[in-house]
Amino acid sequence: MITDAPRIITSRFDNADSFTLAGFEATGGYQALRKALSMGPEAVADEVKTATLLGRGGAGFPAGVKWGLAPENVWPRYLVVNGDESEPGTYKDRLLMERDPHQLIEGVLLACYAIGCGQAFLYVRGEMPLAQERIAAALNDAYAAGYVGKNILGSNFSVDVVLSWGAGAYIVGEETALIESLEGNRGMPRLKPPYFPAAKGLYMQPTIVNNVETLSNLPWIITNGGEAFAALGAETSRGTRMFAVSGHVKNPGVFEVEYGVTTFRDLIYAPQYAGGILGDRALKAYIPGGASAPWFFEEHLDLPLEKVTVDRAGSMLGSGAVVVMDETTDAVKACLRIVRFFARESCGKCTPCREGTTWLENILQRIQDGYGRPSDLDLLLDVSDNISPGITWPPKQTTICPLGPSAVSPIASALQRFRPEFEARITQAEEARHSIPVTITKASSHG
Amino acid sequence: MARLSNDNVELAREIIGNYPRPKSALIPLLHLAQEQDGHLTDEAMAHIGELVGVSSAEVLGTASFYEMFKMETVGRYMVNICTNISCQLRGGEELLAHAEKTLGIRPGQTTSDGLFTLEDVECIAACTEAPCLQVNYRYEHRISNEGFDQLVDDLRAGRRSDIPSHGVLAEVRQHIPEDRRAGVVTPEDKAAPVWIAAAGEGVK
Repeated sequence: MITDAPRIITSRFDNADSFTLAGFEATGGYQALRKALSMGPEAVADEVKTATLLGRGGAGFPAGVKWGLAPENVWPRYLVVNGDESEPGTYKDRLLMERDPHQLIEGVLLACYAIGCGQAFLYVRGEMPLAQERIAAALNDAYAAGYVGKNILGSNFSVDVVLSWGAGAYIVGEETALIESLEGNRGMPRLKPPYFPAAKGLYMQPTIVNNVETLSNLPWIITNGGEAFAALGAETSRGTRMFAVSGHVKNPGVFEVEYGVTTFRDLIYAPQYAGGILGDRALKAYIPGGASAPWFFEEHLDLPLEKVTVDRAGSMLGSGAVVVMDETTDAVKACLRIVRFFARESCGKCTPCREGTTWLENILQRIQDGYGRPSDLDLLLDVSDNISPGITWPPKQTTICPLGPSAVSPIASALQRFRPEFEARITQAEEARHSIPVTITKASSHG
Repeated sequence: MARLSNDNVELAREIIGNYPRPKSALIPLLHLAQEQDGHLTDEAMAHIGELVGVSSAEVLGTASFYEMFKMETVGRYMVNICTNISCQLRGGEELLAHAEKTLGIRPGQTTSDGLFTLEDVECIAACTEAPCLQVNYRYEHRISNEGFDQLVDDLRAGRRSDIPSHGVLAEVRQHIPEDRRAGVVTPEDKAAPVWIAAAGEGVK
């Protein structure tokens, strides 16, 4: 269903001065902060709980609940903003940081105020200098105007927001790896338990890690109330959400739509969104939530963009990344490319992931190159089973973090649906290999 | 250049001062060194170790984990072409092949004039703008083969002053004015924040 829900987080995207303090203030900016200071921290936290705002980073955990996981009366607490957007297919946090940095900063302040965070660290992906620049400029202006820093707007609320940034590592999007990186270390995930960030995070203190899009929703929620937010969407998925639709579509783009009710068919085919498949070709498959998500097909098009519904159907909305593959797509090649990504990005800490993803890539590469063996498809599944026992959804894991099991998703999807394509590739290779000696024998016998 | 310049040391001290633990400044300082020299030198890494109070081995340990840090000289322009799934579907691999031909190098190599280093990279968050690339992390969206050749010509001719040399990221830095600074909060600061304490019993 396509609705006329308001644009909550992209409302300023059409304004040329959306990233400036003047442009932000002229469109209601920092009013939520003023309101929050008059409400008190507990009331602010309650509004966010009422909104049932699901985290927009990938896991979809309710933000209000996450905030509540910090142990009582343990101080200091920190807020870490995850702006390390790098899940293949995902393109939204960069836009939010580049086009509306003050909205994010206001969200950070609201979260710090409600949770009681003494300091906030805004971690932006290293490869995004424009986002870093826009946030740096926005912070400088916001400090000068009294919105950030000591005694904010004359109140007893004081917090520094420090811009930090990475240096190229997908795994740092995982929250404990991000914390390691922020401590100046190699970005390798920590073992959970005991290192749940809400309990033992940055410098072993309670730390809330929230995604850029999640925090960007807070000013609207405080201004309009948690109930107004919860009135949008459906089931467990409330408010609106940004989805990037890429791949074989006529109008690739990033769209903010009502969460929970808009369907994949709306998003991929509606003229105001992606506008249908390129050349009006048939759909082969689509990835509903970033490279880690199992693929969906024609029969899933009428599912709403609703977290639990999509989870039950065997995949996830993840980071709001819909990648569309038309009928001309080579399933082996697409599968290989995604697996190769995980092999390259494995941090190497856990053996099943480090060795397993590398083997998965090697096997798929030889199939793609025409050196596949008849036993390779079973081998792919066997290696996958060693990384993620049973190859189920949601995945079980033999690793500390979900990166390894994510490499299994495209293999499970592609083999289940397009196994004949893989078999044909291997058969052709086998025939080619056996024809070589035959040709040589014939050539020699004829002298 | 080797160690950080005096100006950069001053900047480094300011950055270190923003964090509860000096080592947290390591990655920002490595970027500073790479901005100064175009890549990371052993001397700069040792100097950074002195500034944050860790060994140069620890500095290298962190630096070597992250792809953006280059331990050897690279071209003035890093050309990073995305071939991940969204770009692959829209011609990213063909664009890479074209770039190899235009530049005469394979991914990981640098042109003999020292101008370009080519890399085949993972998703750079411009998926709806495929195929896409970055030159020193500045985006080029929906780029064609002709567009690529034009870009290379323009860079060679010095017509892209908007793209600084390799190592330079954000050209605006955060500066916290001392009179507005709330102050770093270290793990040793065990008191409840003032606004929480003042709000009373309800807030925990």
